[in-house]
Amino acid sequence: MTANRLAESLLALSQQEELVDLPKDYLLSGSEDEGDNDGEREHQKLLEAISSLDGKNRRKLAERSEASLKVSEFNVSSEGSGEKLVLADLLEPVKTSSSLATVKKQLNRVKSKKTVELPLNKEEIERIHREVAFNKTAKVLSKWDPVVLKNRQAEQLVFPLEKEEPAIAPIEHVLSGWKARTPLEQEIFNLLHKNKQPVADPLLTPVEKASLQAMSLEEAKMRRAELQRARALQSYYEAKARREKKIKSKKYHKVVKKGKAKKALKEFEQLRKVNPAAALEELEKIEKARMMERMSLKHQNSGKWAKSKAIMAKYDLEARQAMQEQLAKNKELTQKLQVASESEEEEGGTEEKVEELLVPDVVNEVQMNADGPNPWMLRSCTSDTKEAATQEDPEQLPEPEAHEVSESEGEDRPVAEEEILLREFEERRSLRKRSELSQDAEPAGSQETKDSSSQEVLSELRVLSQKLKENDQSRKQKASSEGTIPQVQREEPATEEEEPLLLQRPERVQTLEELEELGKEECFQNKELSRPVLEGQQSERTPNNRPDAPKKKKKEQMIDLQNLLTTQSPSVKSLAVPTIEELEDEEERNQRQMIKEAFAGDDVIRDFLKEKREAVEASKPKDVDLTLPGWGEWGGVGLKPSAKKRRRFLIKAPEGPPRKDKNLPNVIINEKRNIHTAAHQVRVLPYPFTHHWQFERTIQTPIGSTWNTQRAFQKLTTPKVVTKPGHIINPIKAEDVGYRSSSRSDLSVIQRNPKRITTRHKKQLKKSSVD
Amino acid sequence: MGEMETAPKPGRDVPPKKDKLQTKRKKPREWKNPESQRSLSGAQDPFPGPAPVPVEVVQKFCRIDKSRKLPRSKAKTRSRLEVAEAEEEETSIKAARSELLLAEEPGFLEGEDGEDTAKICQADIVEAVDIASAAKHFDLNLRQFGPYRLNYSRTGRHLAFGGRRGHVAALDWVTKKLMCEINVMEAVRDIRFLHSEALLAVAQNRWLHIYDNQGIELHCIRRCDRVTRLEFLPFHFLLATASETGFLTYLDVSVGKIVAALNARAGRLDVMSQNPYNAVIHLGHSNGTVSLWSPAMKEPLAKILCHRGGVRAVAVDSTGTYMATSGLDHQLKIFDLRGTYQPLSTRTLPHGAGHLAFSQRGLLVAGMGDVVNIWAGQGKGSPPSLEQPYLTHRLSGPVHGLQFCPFEDVLGVGHSGGVTSMLVPGAGEPNFDGLESNPYRSRKQRQEWEVKALLEKVPAELICLDPRALAEVDVISLEQGKKERIERLGYDPEAKAPFQPKPKQKGRSSTASLVKRKRKVMDEEHRDKVRQSLQQQQQQQQQQQKEAKAKSTGARPSALDRFVR
Repeated sequence: MTANRLAESLLALSQQEELVDLPKDYLLSGSEDEGDNDGEREHQKLLEAISSLDGKNRRKLAERSEASLKVSEFNVSSEGSGEKLVLADLLEPVKTSSSLATVKKQLNRVKSKKTVELPLNKEEIERIHREVAFNKTAKVLSKWDPVVLKNRQAEQLVFPLEKEEPAIAPIEHVLSGWKARTPLEQEIFNLLHKNKQPVADPLLTPVEKASLQAMSLEEAKMRRAELQRARALQSYYEAKARREKKIKSKKYHKVVKKGKAKKALKEFEQLRKVNPAAALEELEKIEKARMMERMSLKHQNSGKWAKSKAIMAKYDLEARQAMQEQLAKNKELTQKLQVASESEEEEGGTEEKVEELLVPDVVNEVQMNADGPNPWMLRSCTSDTKEAATQEDPEQLPEPEAHEVSESEGEDRPVAEEEILLREFEERRSLRKRSELSQDAEPAGSQETKDSSSQEVLSELRVLSQKLKENDQSRKQKASSEGTIPQVQREEPATEEEEPLLLQRPERVQTLEELEELGKEECFQNKELSRPVLEGQQSERTPNNRPDAPKKKKKEQMIDLQNLLTTQSPSVKSLAVPTIEELEDEEERNQRQMIKEAFAGDDVIRDFLKEKREAVEASKPKDVDLTLPGWGEWGGVGLKPSAKKRRRFLIKAPEGPPRKDKNLPNVIINEKRNIHTAAHQVRVLPYPFTHHWQFERTIQTPIGSTWNTQRAFQKLTTPKVVTKPGHIINPIKAEDVGYRSSSRSDLSVIQRNPKRITTRHKKQLKKSSVD
Repeated sequence: MGEMETAPKPGRDVPPKKDKLQTKRKKPREWKNPESQRSLSGAQDPFPGPAPVPVEVVQKFCRIDKSRKLPRSKAKTRSRLEVAEAEEEETSIKAARSELLLAEEPGFLEGEDGEDTAKICQADIVEAVDIASAAKHFDLNLRQFGPYRLNYSRTGRHLAFGGRRGHVAALDWVTKKLMCEINVMEAVRDIRFLHSEALLAVAQNRWLHIYDNQGIELHCIRRCDRVTRLEFLPFHFLLATASETGFLTYLDVSVGKIVAALNARAGRLDVMSQNPYNAVIHLGHSNGTVSLWSPAMKEPLAKILCHRGGVRAVAVDSTGTYMATSGLDHQLKIFDLRGTYQPLSTRTLPHGAGHLAFSQRGLLVAGMGDVVNIWAGQGKGSPPSLEQPYLTHRLSGPVHGLQFCPFEDVLGVGHSGGVTSMLVPGAGEPNFDGLESNPYRSRKQRQEWEVKALLEKVPAELICLDPRALAEVDVISLEQGKKERIERLGYDPEAKAPFQPKPKQKGRSSTASLVKRKRKVMDEEHRDKVRQSLQQQQQQQQQQQKEAKAKSTGARPSALDRFVR
């Protein structure tokens, strides 16, 4: 505040100085008889008026000119001083005193606090509380889910739930109540006692106890001191390492690394002299590191940093240098320890050229094939030879690396440039190949070629040529596949031939046209495939149908009632022919029989069929006729509503299910529902079941003792819950089911919590309302 | 009974090891390992685990119909189903195991090579069997009171017979101890034991009378008048009476109430039998039909046209599978009652059978004049083959009543010359259920059984063709209830919720895309429906075409048909 004001006054002063000339003129023109004091005041006023003219702070400055009796403390204004009145200003005494500093501090603290946000309304707060409480409770309660599920699914629950006693007693209990009886046991015990082995309490042997006691205070102190020292040293070392790590100078790190490398090399040299076996191991490690490097994309200029540098490299020398450095590093890391001789490299180059020339040649393909189609095999061969070479001159091994390491950075740059050039060349070549063969050389492959030695390039080329061959074949096939279907059939062996090749390397589709062709081919093949399959299906279906058909026929064949009853059945030869000496009654009956037999025959059958027809008609659902005669047309006696109208107002009843006796001519089965039986049937599906078949399955087994053995009956009718009379059934506890005991208290807390929350909340609300 | 086939175990041939070390000290219980249970001698159990149970026997007790494929069910439902299936398996295995207790084997009669068993007469059999069995063959010469009807009690211990001329007697036929003998001074048309041997129903000329085993008349039921035939349904405590007036009346003997009086509308009823499997009454009529009745329905459950002439006798076997009928056309037919009601075999008898009866093990007896013929099948549950009679016997008069004695190889024949008890090897069930029908029960046991049976009485309205209908859900009421619920609620709570597209991110959850997705699903469903309906239409068309073809091929008129007169 004060500073602010100071600045203000300073400003005012400067203004004053600037305007020194003007007032003088004015003053000169004004009356001079006024006192000095007056003049000064006037001058001040004028100054202010002028200063207010600039428009920025044209403020009406009220000034209390007269002394009034009532000086209200509320009317104190800070006008004139040009700024807001601050509470602290009021407290400021004329002289700064220390006693008020604390108050000011407090005031500052109060001011620094932000305004308290409006509290949420009651409903929302309660809702939030409820939600939180619910979530907590649900979480706490969810641990009971498995227990509840288990109890629900349990066949029988016996209350009070008992804890099963542990089946295995602790060994001490067993041993304490056990005495050696047999001679063997006694012998063993003797031995144990001799060695003072613990028998009852298996914690500590006397020797152990003694050793425990033997430890002295001084020893302990020394030990502590040692530990302290070690800890201190460790901390020093850590601090140092941290400090070094923090150093941002790249040069420093580079130097350090180089130094380390040198050191390592020296050590290796030494090791080679002292212990060749260990040196070999070390060498292997280096080799492994190289392999790792080759596998990884590190230093391959493919990272984010490298890419950004590549963009910058055009314009920035440093960036270019950095990239080259990285490449150099990559090369260095991936380089085999033994540098291939110049002649070999040249050979590789020539071979490459030869290869390039030979690639389109069809004749060469065979030879290439004969060479061995498997690139892996090739590589292994070459590496074998290399290994042999390394074994030949192990002395030369470290030299190139040492050479490289000793080389200056200046040396590095040209190498890197060469690298870039080489890569570009490679890429261009690969592109050319691509255009020539309309085949995508795998980028990975190309990268391999650029980074690996020439022999690897060679092997890659071989692979490529092989691919080319494959492609040619496939193209031929495609061409043939464009033909008609018989050609496709002819093609089949070709595809078979192709198969092993395909196994070696998945064919890729290069262009859209080829893609289309492929699609066609697939289509053809699919058609071809699908046809036999379809035929097979059909043939499968037809046998399925065929047995079906006779069945249907069987079913549909109405058994002719006439046949059924008039078939001549073979007569039984009875050994004992009944003697015919009948009573009067029998005779009478017999006569009636004779009459019946005389009139028997079609009559019975016709009657039955008629009855059946009637029954069928009666059981059919009836159509509802809603026509009103005379409605919308002439009415009267003998007038019938038109057929059209009748048709329109006829509600056809839905056809019911087929009758059970549909195909049984000699049977009438009553289709009416037996209401009395239905009254005893279940008519509501119980809870977990959604279909009545499911529920029926669970009630199909009878549980009565009539149908079951006694045991089964008892098991089927065991009560679900059994309570022991005279026992208190306590609520289930967490310990009973293997949980920690805290869970219950958790729950209780939660249960109690909501109330507390609400009370606190109420208090808060009250407070806010008072405020 | 069934031989329990035990598969040879690999450890069977291994001789039991003999461990020399025999420790007498028992290990404490805690250390006992159930895996390696060895006897004290160290010998291993050559047949470890429970004895195997033959699958066929278990299958016999399985009642869940697994042929029906269930719709997809929730996990909870599935667990319940699994529990039910496991229970069924367990109980059926237990039941199969308990078959071991059915120690008795049925009797049989085998001729020597080429010998017809029908030629073996009763005298030969009696000679061959032991004295106790031989004593079961006897003849009661009662020529005075005319042709006899007879009835065995359910336990097979007691026999009651009534002669046409009023002679009624009940006796313990094994010991031949007479319980009562009276003359009712009226024509006796039929006689039947009620649930126990202590009560006896006699269909007399006018009314139905009930006597106790002392011959004291307990009831005279006038509502059942002119009764011709009686049947007692033991599990429902119903006495079914068929009357000359054409009424089938069901009388509940436990409460003395007439449950149902059904008018068969087929004239005089004098052929009646019951199906022991489902307690349905079979009535034979003069128009060649057999009607099946239940007290719950006013109309017959089914009507089967069996003969061209009137039906003379009907009998149903104990498993409820086969029905034998004989008619005035001298034919004897065996029908399959499992839904098809088609004749399985038919034979023309020289004189026609007036009486038919099945034994517990499926033997069929027919009384023709004064001869009885018995046919046997391949065992229980198979229809009797009518090729060759198993046994024949000639009586001293025409047959008037036939019944196989339960749990005995005995056939009781009532005829005009009295009552004959003849031996029929393999007729009765060898093993009886001691709790259900114990031939050797004491009076106290009988009383106890009576109480239990009354407690387990099956309501009369539960009689229907399929006795397992109670284990089914009443689908019609279920549907009805569902419909009502939907009406009440205004929506279907079980309906499949309409497809609601899932919210997706990255702006793919716009309203348009949501609508599009919804539309897609809807269209798919619609397409399915259309496809189905098209298929149905095609099928219908094909059927129609087939029918048309069949018609056209079946009845092609030939040119010469016009000359047919």
